[in-house]
Amino acid sequence: MFDLTISALASLLRDRKASSEELTRLFLGRIARLDPGLNAFITVDEEKALAGARAADARLAKGEATPLTGIPIAHKDLFCAKGWKTTCGSRMLADFVSPYDAHVVEQFDRAGAVLVGKTNMDEFAMGSSNESSHFGPVRNPWDRARVPGGSSGGSAAAVAARLVPAATGTDTGGSIRQPASLTGTSGIRPTYGAVSRYGMVAFASSLDQGGAFGKSAEDLALMLNVMAGFDERDSTSIERPKEDYARVLARPLAGLRVGLPKEYFTADLAPDVAACVTAAIAELKAQGATTVEVSLPNQALAVPVYYVIAPAEASSNLSRFDGVRYGHRAADYADLNDMYRKTRAQGFGAEVQRRILVGTYVLSHGYYDAYYLQAQKVRRLIARDFTQAFKACDVIAGPAAPTVAFPIGEKTSDPVQMYLEDLYTISVNLAGLPGLSVPCGFGDHGLPVGLQLIGDYFDEARMLNVAHQYQLATDWHRRSPPGIG
Amino acid sequence: MLSLDEVRRIADLARIEIPEAGVAALQQQLNGILVLIEQMCAVDTTGVEPMAHAVDVTQRLRADRVTEADQHELFQSAAPQVEDGLYLVPKVIE
Amino acid sequence: MQWEVVIGLETHAQLSTASKIFSGSSTAFGAAPNTQASAVDIALPGVLPVLNRGAVERAIRFGLAVGATIAARSVFARKNYFYPDLPKGYQISQYELPVVSGGDVLIVVDGVEKRVRLTRAHLEEDAGKSLHEDFHGMSGIDLNRAGTPLLEIVSEPDMRSAGEAVAYAKTLHSLVRWIGICDGNMQEGSFRCDANVSVRPAGSEVLGTRCEIKNLNSFRFLEKAIEYEVRRQVALIEDGGKVRQETRLWDPQKGETRSMRSKEDAHDYRYFPDPDLLPLEIAPGWIASVKATMPELPGAMRSRFVADHGLGATDAATLTSSKALAAYFEEVVRLVGGEPRACANWVLGELLALLNRLEVEADASPVAPGALAGLVKRVLDGTVSGKTAKEVFEAMAAGEGEADAIIDKRGLRQISDAGAIEALVDQVLAANAKLVDDYRAGKEKAFNALVGQVMKASRGLVNPAQANAILKKKLG
Repeated sequence: MFDLTISALASLLRDRKASSEELTRLFLGRIARLDPGLNAFITVDEEKALAGARAADARLAKGEATPLTGIPIAHKDLFCAKGWKTTCGSRMLADFVSPYDAHVVEQFDRAGAVLVGKTNMDEFAMGSSNESSHFGPVRNPWDRARVPGGSSGGSAAAVAARLVPAATGTDTGGSIRQPASLTGTSGIRPTYGAVSRYGMVAFASSLDQGGAFGKSAEDLALMLNVMAGFDERDSTSIERPKEDYARVLARPLAGLRVGLPKEYFTADLAPDVAACVTAAIAELKAQGATTVEVSLPNQALAVPVYYVIAPAEASSNLSRFDGVRYGHRAADYADLNDMYRKTRAQGFGAEVQRRILVGTYVLSHGYYDAYYLQAQKVRRLIARDFTQAFKACDVIAGPAAPTVAFPIGEKTSDPVQMYLEDLYTISVNLAGLPGLSVPCGFGDHGLPVGLQLIGDYFDEARMLNVAHQYQLATDWHRRSPPGIG
Repeated sequence: MLSLDEVRRIADLARIEIPEAGVAALQQQLNGILVLIEQMCAVDTTGVEPMAHAVDVTQRLRADRVTEADQHELFQSAAPQVEDGLYLVPKVIE
Repeated sequence: MQWEVVIGLETHAQLSTASKIFSGSSTAFGAAPNTQASAVDIALPGVLPVLNRGAVERAIRFGLAVGATIAARSVFARKNYFYPDLPKGYQISQYELPVVSGGDVLIVVDGVEKRVRLTRAHLEEDAGKSLHEDFHGMSGIDLNRAGTPLLEIVSEPDMRSAGEAVAYAKTLHSLVRWIGICDGNMQEGSFRCDANVSVRPAGSEVLGTRCEIKNLNSFRFLEKAIEYEVRRQVALIEDGGKVRQETRLWDPQKGETRSMRSKEDAHDYRYFPDPDLLPLEIAPGWIASVKATMPELPGAMRSRFVADHGLGATDAATLTSSKALAAYFEEVVRLVGGEPRACANWVLGELLALLNRLEVEADASPVAPGALAGLVKRVLDGTVSGKTAKEVFEAMAAGEGEADAIIDKRGLRQISDAGAIEALVDQVLAANAKLVDDYRAGKEKAFNALVGQVMKASRGLVNPAQANAILKKKLG
């Protein structure tokens, strides 16, 4: 049963073949048994989960269920959930219990989903391996010596190991798509502005977007149906009618134009990953899609631009962690400024500190134009490249990550090597576009590889349609890691 | 590239204490990141409008209404030090 | 050496919205600490700002009132610095593209009009308050004020004396209240001025190094602080020193300015566009609809009072120093049916004295415009003398009723009946034979004494001119 998709579980619940309480106990049991070896969760709350499950069962009995009612889920630990610890993977917030709910959390509560826990993550979502968490690294269920990717590594690992049917994540530079690729799960980052950022602790505000992990594209559509939608508390939330992301899942791919950026298929891409992605594209063609070469000429600039804009915004966003109103405060200090400096030195880990310093520098007097303003201009060029490419195609396909999962510790000593993990995902965030990753095979060491699909603005339904049709013809997404039975 | 003094100045601006023994290593890491960043500095961006937001929309406005109730006791339950409803901090000198 | 003083003012006007600029918390003054500090105001992780329409509308009103350009597109930026009363570690303000640019304010100093140009006015959020009472050697932070909308109004360095700076501040203070965007309560900090002060040799075109003086929460402090700062800078330069560009705090106890320790380290605010807020667009239609609700502005009204009513510039400026006073004056003129100069004399004289004594605005005057108009009419038609009318005014202020009733009750009607006056004069002449003899012997002074006796006998109620004429005739 733990291997079922949301829609299969939902029909069990609807048909009274299982109760939400049974389901919830099943997944709580799996977490208790398997998570000590994975470290995918920072917080699990059995009592709250079971209370939620019983409420869902009451709702199911009244026939007032939504597709998510009674389904156990997990939230990445940077979504504020009232009464739950919300740590962002940081010592700074290690004991912070949120007094309010994020919009996304509210939406899942309203739908009757059962929150079982909060997942581990790179500290403040800064990382691509989940090794920067104050709560220790997450291990990849496919090989526990390897990383699950990041920053939403806990959510990805939890779904991959079938500890929950689905989980939320956030994607600022690839933090959903890259871990989805590395753990053999499906993950989507919607268009910027589709999901409210209210209550989602900010890393880089103009790039952050909430999204989801699941075991299939269809599940992702169900998750988005809950998460996405206008929220007046987020000025960047886009006011548009609520849509059904599953509405065109069944559409055949005949006539679909798939763009293949020539800059994605270069020597930077590991041959095993390239082989899987190429085979996946062949499958799309077999279903009637046509491919067209497109160009993203500024692709190589995406990582440099990102490492100006994201740290700049982060340096400012993280200034509120000052030991005054919540969170960590140093025990000993000489005066106010010493309190600030010690609190922040103790509360933030090394990677977060590095990014704050880079961000502070690129915004500082005399450097703003050369770095920050220039980055914003090149960002525009990168976004224009996509606009141009989408004149020739409906979706763009390529790799989500340059390699399969790498060993824990391999890239921690060189920040720049870690940054290059997001080579294929970052430009999507800079442009504000939606992107997803679905499993498309196994590379070296039998590790999963993801196919990235990039859509035009608010074209998630079509991306999900392509992914779903691909999943109807393949079973990569149904493969689960060994030893999780 | 950043000098050691610049690293100290930035750390001070960001209110992060860096132990003196760690400044050189940090300088090296930050300069490594700056080498990466500088790849975009030479691009000709003449006439290109900076892109501050991922979406090209304008600010929505909220009606001028009071919608928030007092929750200071709940909020302050998370605070390091509170007295008489005030957040306490080391003495502020103007 | 002759020194020229150069002053520019940065004024923070708290906008009179019900809720904060980026949250739905109340802006009411005086609540218990932190009870009006919402999740957004205390910058909980994950919260986001949404802009208050009321704040923008007030900025538009201001722009229209000073003839400024209202930006079709303006941008909110973050000003980054650490301070415990600044919960996010940055203040949301406007930097490169403010909502209001240009415009000017006309001030009147010693009866002469002067134009002070404005650089800009931008929207931003207020900070909280640090309370320095001793909490075991710590400071207490109250964030109720954090997020209150401010309009920061920046003038050009166009003022040349403390007097001009005060006149500008007062004019601006009156204007923001006039157009209903700020309550102007200086004790509560609703209207605060910082002054940029520099000196230069008279005739020089180059600006001297300026100091910014903060904590000027009254017009008197503004004047005293500038005067002190000018003396300090001149003395410094004349002693061969140099003025250092810095922020200084006015210490009202000591009556001097001092360097601010918290601002000592060179500031690097790292301004950048706030990614949580999108560009603010103001459509021409919105500006037009705000324009339709604008009252006649004090400047225009002042000119009208001079042109139509024949008032002097200073009197017209005083009458238009508040909307309530101007409305009061106009109502008195309307009810009297003209005679604006007489009305102005009463409003600027007895009424203003009363309002100042009671510390109330004209719209809270115990003597209503109708009551004053009733009295002015009685002066104009000769029912009471100007001197007696002052007594009537005081009685009205004390709540004794309308002018006519008081005049009747107290028997203050001026005696203008010739027969009655003749009878009085006869009595006086009979009782003061010596004075009559003195007068006839050529002592002119005796005549005045006799008039005085007539006035005394009538308790001041005879028309002095009439009494004079009748006396002259009788003494013939």
